[in-house]
Amino acid sequence: MEPRQTQPVPPPSRRKQRLTDKVIALVMIPIDWLEERSGIVGGLKYFLFRKVPADTNWFHTLGSATLTAFLVQAGTGVILAFYYQPTPDGAYSSIRHITNDVTLGWLVRGMHKWGASVFIILLFLHMARVFLFGAYKYPRELNWLVGFSLLILGMLQGFTGYLLPWDQTAYWATVVGINLNGTGPFFGPFLAQFLRGGNEIGPSTLTIFYSMHMLLLPGAIAALIGLHLYLVVRLGVTSPPWSDEAAGAERPEEAPRGPGLVQPRARGRVAR
Amino acid sequence: MEPPHGDDKPHLPSPSIWPVGFAVGIACTLAGLVVSRPAAIAGAVIAIVFGALWARDAMRASRAPAVDAEAPPEALAEPAVDGEPDEVERFPRNKFLELSTLGLGGVITAVVALPVIGFAVLPAFTDQEQATVDLGPMDNFPEDKWIETTFLLSPTQGEVSRRTAFVRYNGLLDDLPSFTLISNRCVHLGCPVQASGPRNDNQKKTVKTADAEISLTPILPANFSCPCHGGAYDTEGNRIAGPPVRALDRFKYSIIEGRLHLIETYSVSEVDGEGAQAQIHAYGRQGPGEHVDGVEGWLYPLQPQDVEK
Repeated sequence: MEPRQTQPVPPPSRRKQRLTDKVIALVMIPIDWLEERSGIVGGLKYFLFRKVPADTNWFHTLGSATLTAFLVQAGTGVILAFYYQPTPDGAYSSIRHITNDVTLGWLVRGMHKWGASVFIILLFLHMARVFLFGAYKYPRELNWLVGFSLLILGMLQGFTGYLLPWDQTAYWATVVGINLNGTGPFFGPFLAQFLRGGNEIGPSTLTIFYSMHMLLLPGAIAALIGLHLYLVVRLGVTSPPWSDEAAGAERPEEAPRGPGLVQPRARGRVAR
Repeated sequence: MEPPHGDDKPHLPSPSIWPVGFAVGIACTLAGLVVSRPAAIAGAVIAIVFGALWARDAMRASRAPAVDAEAPPEALAEPAVDGEPDEVERFPRNKFLELSTLGLGGVITAVVALPVIGFAVLPAFTDQEQATVDLGPMDNFPEDKWIETTFLLSPTQGEVSRRTAFVRYNGLLDDLPSFTLISNRCVHLGCPVQASGPRNDNQKKTVKTADAEISLTPILPANFSCPCHGGAYDTEGNRIAGPPVRALDRFKYSIIEGRLHLIETYSVSEVDGEGAQAQIHAYGRQGPGEHVDGVEGWLYPLQPQDVEK
């Protein structure tokens, strides 16, 4: 659909056409306003309408799926924090309150709990796709390392989040998890002491884990996802290994797409 | 200086069998550590040999082009160094401003960040002295009977600090009362060790102390065992089965005005003998899973509490 076409295609009725034009113009006013002042619309188009190899397939969607799972975790987590109390006396009862009393609390908590597993599973599937497609090779090694860091941070999210229900399983699993870290040579005891917030597991362990789970790790994950996506946009998407096209070959220039919603201005960016 | 663009072929090492052998060796070592020592040694040898061959291959591959390209880098590097001052003339004030901006920014960052990092890390390592815990009158501990005692390690923290000790009064030794106080923290990974044997819950007593409540339950342990991974200990805390790396931790104690007081935790490699005559090979407090003696003990040269003092 090309809304602002001026070619003499017989219009259904002149009046209707004029109305459509008006509506579009009305919609475009704020978008153009935003674009002129920020370039954000053009930036978004640059980000979303990139050239990708012709033979990409469904496996290439695993990264976006992982991102979606992370966003679900972030969204449900923020809402759970409305009701959760990170204190030894309040944690378990607040979880019960969320699950049993708060309207739709069972659903949001369930999404967060099961979504955590979905996130990790998708991380591994995405990683497997990148590995099996050889997409980690030059020049994308750095993005593999960023993705690996994201995997570690995601698992730390799992570890810190597991304590928060503060039931017997959570408590003893965390005791064992911290002590596993403690058996690391040389620095293990110090790492365990830091995670515990002292000699013994106690109230500060819960708040440390809560703070890491809520603030430190999601912040780091969000920042690294930004870097990850930047590198994806900069380096482009890889073809599958069975692709007929030579790697690095220039694709033939496409015909112009016709007038878009916003006419791109000349920007100091060279089209890749 | 142009980066090498437009080259269709990324620099890849030629196919090689060595990494596969290396991986097999590592796998064999890890499996061998669990299954058999000789297999582990064989695996280590395979890994080292294949690793060395792999490294030799990789170094040969990277060395070969370097010889060809030895001349060009020098030629390229020279104009870059010479050219820079010509392109932009730098004035001392310009440089000074740049350096002072960076320097001042660095100082401000350090002033703000260092205390924050200190606050994030140090509290876990400072003021960690274990407070003395009152376990009530000595009379509550009949001679040669085990009492499972629960107490608050830190009454201000509340129930979350409740811990368990297995206490046995061994009678007098050189006119002084002798106690065996074993911590129920498994020295594998910290799960709660249980008494394997009858528990007389109907004889359970609770005793109020100044700032907490302690519970005393008579038990008849044949040994102690851990529900998590199957660690088992005899009644002196020596490991008899499972993954624990040493004997159960113990508590130092003292008798103050006829009441048993628990002073601090210490770790034990093993105990010879029994009861009042037990010879305890004592070490400083260490975390679960950490060896205190033997070659593996070298892996834990420093403990947080050593650094504190």
